[in-house]
Amino acid sequence: MFKTVIHACAAGALLLSVSGAQAQDAAKGREIYVAKGCYSCHGYNGQGGVTGPKLAPDPLAPDAIAAFVRNAGPTRMPQYVEKELSNEEVGHIHAWLASQPKPKNWKDIPLLNQE
Amino acid sequence: MTKHSEKPTSAEPISADRRSFLKGAAIAGAAVAMPSPNNNEAQAQISAGTRKAAPPPTSELLEHVAVPVGAGHGEGRPGGDFMVDVLRALKIEYVATNPASSCRGLHESINNYAMNKSPELLTVMHEESGAAMAHGYAKVTGKPMACLFHGTVGMQHATMAMYNAWCDRVPMIVMAGNHLDAADRLPGVPTTHAAQDPMAIVRDFTKWDDQPMSLQAFAEAMTRAYQITMTPLQAPVAISIDGHMQDHPIPANAKLRIPKLIMPSVPQGETGAVKDAAKLLVGAQNPVIVVDRAARTHKGQGLIVELAESLNAAVIDQLGRQNFPNRHYLHGEGRVDSLIRDADVIIGLELTDFWGTVNGITDNPEQPQSTRIKEGTKLISITAKDLYIRANYQDFQRFQQVDIPIAADAEATLPSLIEAIRSAMDPAAKARVEKRGELHRKARAAARERMMTAATLAWDASPISTARLSAEIWAAVKDHDWAMVSRDSSLSNWPHRIWNFDKPYQFIGGPGGAGVGYNLPASVGAALAHREHGRLAVNIQNDGDAMFAPGVLWTAMHHKIPLLTVMHNNRAYHQEVMHLQRLASWRGRGADRQWIGTIIDRPAIDFAMLARSMGMSSFGPISNPNELGPVLKRAVAMVKSGEPVLIDAITQPR
Repeated sequence: MFKTVIHACAAGALLLSVSGAQAQDAAKGREIYVAKGCYSCHGYNGQGGVTGPKLAPDPLAPDAIAAFVRNAGPTRMPQYVEKELSNEEVGHIHAWLASQPKPKNWKDIPLLNQE
Repeated sequence: MTKHSEKPTSAEPISADRRSFLKGAAIAGAAVAMPSPNNNEAQAQISAGTRKAAPPPTSELLEHVAVPVGAGHGEGRPGGDFMVDVLRALKIEYVATNPASSCRGLHESINNYAMNKSPELLTVMHEESGAAMAHGYAKVTGKPMACLFHGTVGMQHATMAMYNAWCDRVPMIVMAGNHLDAADRLPGVPTTHAAQDPMAIVRDFTKWDDQPMSLQAFAEAMTRAYQITMTPLQAPVAISIDGHMQDHPIPANAKLRIPKLIMPSVPQGETGAVKDAAKLLVGAQNPVIVVDRAARTHKGQGLIVELAESLNAAVIDQLGRQNFPNRHYLHGEGRVDSLIRDADVIIGLELTDFWGTVNGITDNPEQPQSTRIKEGTKLISITAKDLYIRANYQDFQRFQQVDIPIAADAEATLPSLIEAIRSAMDPAAKARVEKRGELHRKARAAARERMMTAATLAWDASPISTARLSAEIWAAVKDHDWAMVSRDSSLSNWPHRIWNFDKPYQFIGGPGGAGVGYNLPASVGAALAHREHGRLAVNIQNDGDAMFAPGVLWTAMHHKIPLLTVMHNNRAYHQEVMHLQRLASWRGRGADRQWIGTIIDRPAIDFAMLARSMGMSSFGPISNPNELGPVLKRAVAMVKSGEPVLIDAITQPR
């Protein structure tokens, strides 16, 4: 319960700072995403896997991402303090995640419909 | 040193070969020279060569180091020939070896007495590869391969692979040469490689070892070794074979007999405990079956299906073996957490880690622990692991209290458990079973929908997603009689989400001890076992694992073992990338240097070129997913024609 309250406070505090980020750059976001190692659990395209959940397309809001990377609670998610991953950088990462193409319906992909 | 006065024990039916061999032994006992001038010449050369190599050559020393004098002059069959007959009596088909002086006597006998047939030697370029090949072979055939390794240094190489086999409950017989008698052995290297207790190095992770000092004792030790390695709890055994005994003629008056191999019955669960377990399962609202190494033989999968259907209980497969058809409506893929959370009775069959199945621990600085089950959930365990345990290495995992622990082989216990469940079933229980079946069908369909939707993410990405890689391979192999000979945990288990594993030989699980370097040689050993059935063996191969001992690619070529290897080349020891990232995060040092010491890049390894250097056809590197399909089609055709082929695919991390 205590941790939940902390999370909520953290998310609230970050809401303003991330929303106020400068123009978000998807290309830069991709660079940061790789450099900071997000790819290692979530894949180079944010698709997720057994090691980390899907991030893209349709990522969480930038504020929610920022809150989570600062304090992921009882998970294996590494925590990033602001000096390691700034709110502005989170914004760029969000822009890149949001730019990922929407997948097709699996029923329209023949390779996923094999007996 | 050798004694042969023991009375023969029960003798097995003597084959034509053995009859002539034993006759030969009797003749040797009567000191009749063997009519083989070529052998005389060859042995004389060996003897002369040995003398040149022995430092420092004094006349006294030379008299005593005169290696196989009798055999060198053609007097009687060498002990190695009798050892071949023992291997034949045990129906050992293959012996993996890296050649070495301490086992030259048996090696030469396999070459020239057995004519390299039954058993056949497999040349490996590292003892670790040989033991791992035996590991993969046993998981397909259910029986042991033998290994013939150099003492001391060879065994030091073999240890990790033997530890994997120990953790994975796999049978194998490892023989290693040794020269125990200091007055008899050559000085220099052979003495450096001799040991007083040569199997001490593997004793913590073998089920039994022995150092027989006569040929009769060897025959008995090997028969016992076979029984022990094959009786659950299955595990490797190790036999030290004395160099003198291999090299020299069978002593005069030897009355050698090979005991008949009669396998002990497999330990089953005690009747009362099995009935108690059945009562709990039948009375449960949400029973769950968790399986890891439950299907010990190819009959196991059918029994687990029967058990699950008798209760309509979901099955969580931890993939230690081919336990359960992955498209079955009771398969728990994609809903493991909720199944464990909602269960009121959980039965674990041959679990590696029951504690980890019902508890959680998070790898963060606080390392919080929590139970994953609700209060009052009853636990049942059936495992042969409770019958045999060693103290040093911690593969037995953390202790979990269970309500009904049954120390027995799970597969052997299943028929009586299924029968007890049927007997305990009343109308109310039958109604619950029927209702559960419908719920599980719906939940399974929903889980499959989620998994297939997840597979579409990054579908066209480069590097290639592990889902796309798995789907492309499935398209290429599904119309053949295929078998996967690698694990898929580092592929986010996509093969188990997309492919249709329904035959008992289609999956062999993982390394057991998580020792890296297992997969490539184990896949070659498994492919060898599939070869006689004409099955298409498929290995999805991690790059880091492959580089521990890539020489086994040459072994696959040399012995014409058909195998499709597709590299899952993410150019890193990726598990460690994630570990370092987590640690750096704990310490507030950022995660942008986690590649140091973990990536396998700069330069990138060209696995296709590596394979070609050993004569293997290969393709790649391929990083465009659209190029995979046509290449896979060609490669499968080549493998079906009888050759191993490698495709280097550049992939996403997981």
